[in-house]
Amino acid sequence: MPRAFELKINGASRQVETDPRRSLLSVLRDDLDLTGSKYGCGEGECGACTVLLDGRAARSCQVAVEAAAGREITTIEGLAKDSKLHPVQQAFLEAGAMQCGYCTPGMVLAVVALLGQKPKPDEAEVARALQGNLCRCGTYPRILAAVRLAAGIAEERKR
Amino acid sequence: MNERLPAGFDLEPERYELQEAPFLDLELARRDFFKAAGGGLIVLLFLPAAAAAQEAGGGRRGRGFGGRMPAEIGAWLHIGEDGAVTSFTGKVEVGQGSRTSLAQAVAEELRVPADSVRMVMGDTALVPFDGGTAGSQTTPAMVPQLRRAAAAARELLIDLAAREWKEDRGLLEAAGGKVIHSRTGQAVDYGKLTRGRKLVEAVGAGAALTPASAWKVCGQPVPRAGGVDLVTGRHRYASDQRLPGMLYGKVLRPPAFGASLVSLDAKEAEAIEGVMLARDGGFAGVAAPSEREAERALAALKAEWKTSPQTAAKDLFEILKQGPGEGRDREGRPEQERGSIEEGLAAADFRLESAYTVAYIAHAPLEHRAALAEWKDGALTVWTGTQRPFGVRGELARALGVPEERVRVIVPDTGSGYGGKHTGEAAVEAARIARAAGKPVKVVWTREEEFTWAYFRPAGLIEVRSGVKKDGAITAWEFRNYNSGASAIRPLYDIPNLKVEFRPSRSPLRQGSYRALAATANHFARESHLDELARQAGIDPLELRRRNLKDPRLLAVLAAAAERFGWGRARAAGRGFGIAAGFEKGSYVAYCAEVAAAAATGKPAPEVKVERLVTAFECGAILNPDNLRNQVEGAVIMGLGGALFEAIEFEDGRILNPRFSEYRVPRFGDVPVLDTVLLDRKDLPSAGAGETPIVGVAPAIANAIFDAIGLRLRSMPLLKSRG
Repeated sequence: MPRAFELKINGASRQVETDPRRSLLSVLRDDLDLTGSKYGCGEGECGACTVLLDGRAARSCQVAVEAAAGREITTIEGLAKDSKLHPVQQAFLEAGAMQCGYCTPGMVLAVVALLGQKPKPDEAEVARALQGNLCRCGTYPRILAAVRLAAGIAEERKR
Repeated sequence: MNERLPAGFDLEPERYELQEAPFLDLELARRDFFKAAGGGLIVLLFLPAAAAAQEAGGGRRGRGFGGRMPAEIGAWLHIGEDGAVTSFTGKVEVGQGSRTSLAQAVAEELRVPADSVRMVMGDTALVPFDGGTAGSQTTPAMVPQLRRAAAAARELLIDLAAREWKEDRGLLEAAGGKVIHSRTGQAVDYGKLTRGRKLVEAVGAGAALTPASAWKVCGQPVPRAGGVDLVTGRHRYASDQRLPGMLYGKVLRPPAFGASLVSLDAKEAEAIEGVMLARDGGFAGVAAPSEREAERALAALKAEWKTSPQTAAKDLFEILKQGPGEGRDREGRPEQERGSIEEGLAAADFRLESAYTVAYIAHAPLEHRAALAEWKDGALTVWTGTQRPFGVRGELARALGVPEERVRVIVPDTGSGYGGKHTGEAAVEAARIARAAGKPVKVVWTREEEFTWAYFRPAGLIEVRSGVKKDGAITAWEFRNYNSGASAIRPLYDIPNLKVEFRPSRSPLRQGSYRALAATANHFARESHLDELARQAGIDPLELRRRNLKDPRLLAVLAAAAERFGWGRARAAGRGFGIAAGFEKGSYVAYCAEVAAAAATGKPAPEVKVERLVTAFECGAILNPDNLRNQVEGAVIMGLGGALFEAIEFEDGRILNPRFSEYRVPRFGDVPVLDTVLLDRKDLPSAGAGETPIVGVAPAIANAIFDAIGLRLRSMPLLKSRG
């Protein structure tokens, strides 16, 4: 049976009436038209649907909407403040860390979550934290460079 | 009509006499264009006849602008009364950076900044006909077309200023979006020059192009167009599109390949509120107001299927060797033949025979096939991710029985393709269901559907027979590829006795295009086999290649890779070095790989970690070094998957690993240290670069594994496919 939920998304309160077990991803995309979160696999294996729940990276395709209610949900649409890009978004642009861009929103949010917990991660820590985020275009080296830029770690790559 | 053609355009009477329609009604074009674009200046570029014939693909129906524009027009661009530059192309952006590099091409010749050029891409109602974004053709074919159109526009703007100022045009030049008088410094914006005008100019060869040595915009690391929309999630892919009243569509799939629908009971599904059913022969789909209801309706369909026996995976290579089946040419045609293999073998000091296999693999684009279809007054508009917008328009027209002129395909920049999105399955499905439902319908394939019902890179079997002398001269080379394809099947090595063949087969799985096609399989076999020859003759594998090569461009990338890698240095225990080189689609690549490997007792595959991969790449004059590096690294990383662990598993007409949890693709932890050397040849035309860097990843690694532990792996993937 559908139930009413209040979701705190990107600092605003949104009311939805839906089946409690529906995935947060499908509510975001289909009910709220927040399509920056992407469907990639539906089994939590690719990270394209990554959002932040209370600042932690979560697979929105694996989170039931009832479990997200009452928590702070940040989607890619809510990351830039006052039309100013988040430093991680800026770093992705500067590092050219994208090709088709379909994984980018999830990657950006996964990096935001990582840097929130570990402001200066080393390469192995980045790889471990992002192991669940797929970039089929293979821009991993650039994403690593973007993490370094965002974290203020000196760039060693030759470009 | 002829007087409408610009001077210098070569009309070919025998060609155009055959046409029924007027060659080009510029008045009509003018009306169409300006309706869409407002006033200003429009430049149409005619293709040389041969290129036009190729673009038309044999058919002549339905070009851009409601089908009224002929295929001979390859590109157009518009300079608005506000100075805005818009360029139109049938190419699409699937992550390869074409939106950026094509804008650079226009900007270079028009003397404006790259970010001031807007590219309209892949909308069949607005852009010139195009055969598709494939074969690494955007750079060698579309870039020069847009440059010619832009150069012609630049010269026309100079003409306009010269007339207005009553000055010798030789004193005027274009720069920074203005025409400037070189002596007085007087300047006028492009927009001002075109204000109040509706000019259409058709040009043939166009003006002279700026040589690469003088490029100011091309050759620069221009950042990705639309990057902000990607990092903010604002860009709407096909799968993100929506329309008011839109329904979600789902398609009934057979339980196995080769199964046919015997009967369908849809009563229960149709009883669900808001559910619509679409039936068309063997096709059945449902639409509902939400994805969840559509899934429920799909699950409520009671279908009876008739299955037929399907190939067992264990028999695959035997079946591929059997050829295409009755009544078809089993032998194939030699792609290349000279000398005598038997004589060459007789002259050799060492002879070798090996067979190599390549598994089916999936493109697995992160954005699935997706389409939104809308019918209005019998006309169909479909938003979909595809590499062939005009091809999909044709598919839709045929499948739905409407003329192409009534079908519009719009391709939003797409969540990747890699050769896997040449077709329009989801587009046709969405259009069918939308017609039955009487409402717009979106169909987004699930990951399982994408892994099962898309097409695969062909599996293949390659047999090689060869001979080499003690001094490293290869005397005989017999190379036969079953099924996977003929791309890059011809070696660049100078071998006196040679027979190279491709034999098509009847593939048990649906197969199709993939980044670099069979070039990867053919390079795997060739470059592995060369390594085997080198080992047998006791010659360094780099040296063996050098002794049999004259091509200076291939030698140059080999030298660059070897130098960066430090080829010839001592290696630690358990480490191995491998080298491979290749050529495809106009560009050259060489790799050196370092692996750490250990034979795993009791397991079929060894433990292998690729530690470092040096890639040297040359594709002529580099258009955008940053995008090129991104493409080369991305192709190499994608290549790691097919080299090491990607394989589609199948049995009884079913795919056994249709999920990312079961089909392993490269992740962060799989990426070795990558070292990429780009050789910029400003004296050579720019070739495409999105495909070729994938071709030799696997043999470089396989050769390094042999070097480390003496184990020769002749099957891709080299390691077992599952964790």
